[in-house]
Amino acid sequence: MNAINKLGLKQRYALLTNGLDWEPSYQPKSAIFPYAEFEGIKIRDWSKWEDPFRLTMDSYWKYQAEKERKLYAVLDSFAQNNGQTGLSNARYVNAAKLFLTGITPAEYQAHRGFAHVGRHIPGVGPRIAAQMQSLDELRHAQTQIHTLSHYNRFFDGFHEFSHMHDRVWYLSVPKSFFDDARTAGPFEYFIAIGFAFEYVLTNLLFVPFMSGAAYNGDLATVTFGFSAQSDESRHMTLGIEVIKFLLEQHPDNLPIVQKWVDKWFWRGHRVLGLVAMMMDYMLPKKIMSWREAWDIYFTQAGGALFADLARYGLRPPKYADVATAEAEHLSHQNWSVFYQYTQAAAFHTWLPTPGEMDWLSEKYPNSFDQHYRPRFEMWAEMERDGKRFYNNALPQLCTVCQIPMAYTEPGDPTTICFRHSEHKGDRYHFCSDGCKDIFDGEPEKYSQSWLPVHQIFQGNCGGASMEEVLAWYRLNPGADNMDQAGSPDQAMWDQWMRMRDRVAG
Amino acid sequence: MTIEIKTLKVEPRRQTFGHVARRLGADKPASRYDEATMDVQATANFHYKPLWDAEFWHYDERRTAIRMRDWYALRDPRQFYYASYNIARAAQHQGTERNFDFVEKRGLLALLDPAWRETVEGYLLPLRHMEWGANMNCANMCDRGYGTAVTAPAMFAAGDHLGMAQIVGRIGLALDGNSGASLDAAKQRWMEAPDWQELRRLTEDSLVIGDWFEQFVAQHLAIDGMLYPLVYGRFDAAGQALGGTAVSMLTGFMTEWHAEHGRWVDAVVKTAAAESAENRALLGGWLGAWSRRAAAAFAPLAAAVLGPEAGADAIAETAAAIRARAVRLGLDPLAA
Amino acid sequence: MSRTVSITLQNTDDARPIIEAITEDNPGATVHSYPGIVKIDREGSLTVHRASVETRLGRDWDPQEIHLSLVSMAGNLDEDDDYFRLAWAH
Repeated sequence: MNAINKLGLKQRYALLTNGLDWEPSYQPKSAIFPYAEFEGIKIRDWSKWEDPFRLTMDSYWKYQAEKERKLYAVLDSFAQNNGQTGLSNARYVNAAKLFLTGITPAEYQAHRGFAHVGRHIPGVGPRIAAQMQSLDELRHAQTQIHTLSHYNRFFDGFHEFSHMHDRVWYLSVPKSFFDDARTAGPFEYFIAIGFAFEYVLTNLLFVPFMSGAAYNGDLATVTFGFSAQSDESRHMTLGIEVIKFLLEQHPDNLPIVQKWVDKWFWRGHRVLGLVAMMMDYMLPKKIMSWREAWDIYFTQAGGALFADLARYGLRPPKYADVATAEAEHLSHQNWSVFYQYTQAAAFHTWLPTPGEMDWLSEKYPNSFDQHYRPRFEMWAEMERDGKRFYNNALPQLCTVCQIPMAYTEPGDPTTICFRHSEHKGDRYHFCSDGCKDIFDGEPEKYSQSWLPVHQIFQGNCGGASMEEVLAWYRLNPGADNMDQAGSPDQAMWDQWMRMRDRVAG
Repeated sequence: MTIEIKTLKVEPRRQTFGHVARRLGADKPASRYDEATMDVQATANFHYKPLWDAEFWHYDERRTAIRMRDWYALRDPRQFYYASYNIARAAQHQGTERNFDFVEKRGLLALLDPAWRETVEGYLLPLRHMEWGANMNCANMCDRGYGTAVTAPAMFAAGDHLGMAQIVGRIGLALDGNSGASLDAAKQRWMEAPDWQELRRLTEDSLVIGDWFEQFVAQHLAIDGMLYPLVYGRFDAAGQALGGTAVSMLTGFMTEWHAEHGRWVDAVVKTAAAESAENRALLGGWLGAWSRRAAAAFAPLAAAVLGPEAGADAIAETAAAIRARAVRLGLDPLAA
Repeated sequence: MSRTVSITLQNTDDARPIIEAITEDNPGATVHSYPGIVKIDREGSLTVHRASVETRLGRDWDPQEIHLSLVSMAGNLDEDDDYFRLAWAH
């Protein structure tokens, strides 16, 4: 028996992992990895890949099992103790509805996408990391379903999350984002999800929002959120390692990677507009504004990141300045859209209270009082007069991000921004220069978009009337949609609170 | 607070999600497996055709010739979802970890008969590459498959094969004093030794199978069905008289895994075969072709480890077991 | 340009010794508390030392255990047997 040398983490990982691949000779390498070259990415030496975490599968099982034991203990106790009655306010639950219908199916897409990358990237290190991420993303989808399953037992709007994700108009925003990434080549997928989404943007979704969930008494969601985030930190690191690796491998990769960074930053920014609205309008007890979160997680953290990547010639994403300027307006404009279309949404809406409007004025001194307070006050007056404002005209959607055209011109918050392009004799409309650039880069791809409003007009969504479309969504009118005030959710909540007061006597 | 909650009567308005209730036939409490699995994958209104394969949507039933009225009929009898899967594997691996400790502390690998030790290095260590090929195939089934019921366990199986490749790697490190020399030698065998070339060809050919369900049958029934009983059953048994107990301890995971994994594989194949005569014919044809190839590919290794006669006998016995399994699953025994 | 690296950990009993070790071992680090989490920022780099966490825990501690408490981070990661380090190259 040989004397045993103690192995360090890096050495042990390298011995157990790096040599697993081999140069095939019975099948051409191009048949085994058929998608490795069509995107134009050039890799000289896969062995230069350094895995940042060096998790072997046994360590993965060990740590993930421990996380799951802790998480499910919290979920069980939350359900047993009817933790939902300890929320700050019933309105909070609507953020969880948007999460389950909009984000959970996206986690699932990420799972399948990383399975694809975990099979098809021709380097053993990144392939293993992608496979572990595929498992993690499945974890996130499943733990979110299990956590929110308890809410589904009591509240409306959760019960058809999977069916709705494939059909409901605003859910085509996150769905088309992930469909876009899934249908891209493996390297683009890695940059889109691993770098642009996970590294640059996911913090904005998980860190301040989950901290807000904690603040609003949702112990179940905060537990899955932070538990998922422990995986996300691994994903973020993988995202940054991939980008550095591609840029180090060949100078020809830089323009390709830059184009993807620009595209996916803007795509992600548009999807996260939903989160902006969740933070500023849907959390009853606020933790920080979207603007503040953007400053911490994009301007500051992203700034340091792109300064670091400048050594490879990579510049910050195009239109980052526009996105930063939009942070003043994004949540207000989005919430206004949902307020007007509350009849067609599977969660409840409301107008901010006077106290909330004061908070918004304080957080958005340059925009709220001037542009949004007057609108909300007018709508509040209309509600008092029994003339609650509904918009019954179907909105025009941006062909790329699929959000209704409600965003304003950069630097001019009173003019709606419209852009368009011609492609094969048809005219396509966009909400911004960012979305127009993305279309112009791949018109063949984006001209295929399944645009919910077009589909309604073409008769593909159950019928022409609102009732028929809602039935096709499996949305229960009068329960899942409309204002929070007067909803069955609110009635049930009020009853719980009355009983609680009686018990506390 | 506790008193408050106890006396507060809160009545659920529904028991589970609509899609789960429709499958259960009623709105009743559903298992975590059902809620985490059923109808989770998108099925309609996709936005763009894949740049890498524009013939299909990224979720597309037509990526296999197998036809199912309902892809969620392919249930996993183990009812694995992420948490139950990881907790099961962490517990299993804890046993392996204890065995490594035990074997290493007591120097039990030193008790291997020197000739048998060389045999073990020859048949066991190159398998890490075959496990890695299996890992890639399982990731591919998750990538191309249809419906969470079958794709989620496929990804779990990918993790399992990586885990087993790394257990084999650790055995190599335990044998070579952590130098990695035994793994280098094993890779050379995998690449060049005549006994291994048909196995490597089989593995490489399995990596390019276009139909993911055919790949499922080739990998899980034909290749695994030959590999695990032969290597961890027959080869291992031959080593018992030659000090091989330590090797059995370190590979216990594989034996246990194959039995458990087999329950899932059997359920999937049996359900798909029961669906239609066309499915049954396809599955039987695939199993027949791939299991004949697997038997032929393992034959030189079996002969080298067990001797020509016992080797041929072991291959025949394992091939017969696969045929018997095919019959249990409702496939045509002649095809298999 | 900012060179701030950052680590965010859950505000739990398991994470507290790690948070203490970081603040002790990385002079100039700023600690921000939010509901459920603690975010620690520092210019240039930030290191979690195994030995320092072990002293506080009174048991062996593998830097990979940090995954059980980690919420987010910013910076290039270097992880080894004895430390977990975040740094910017510029």
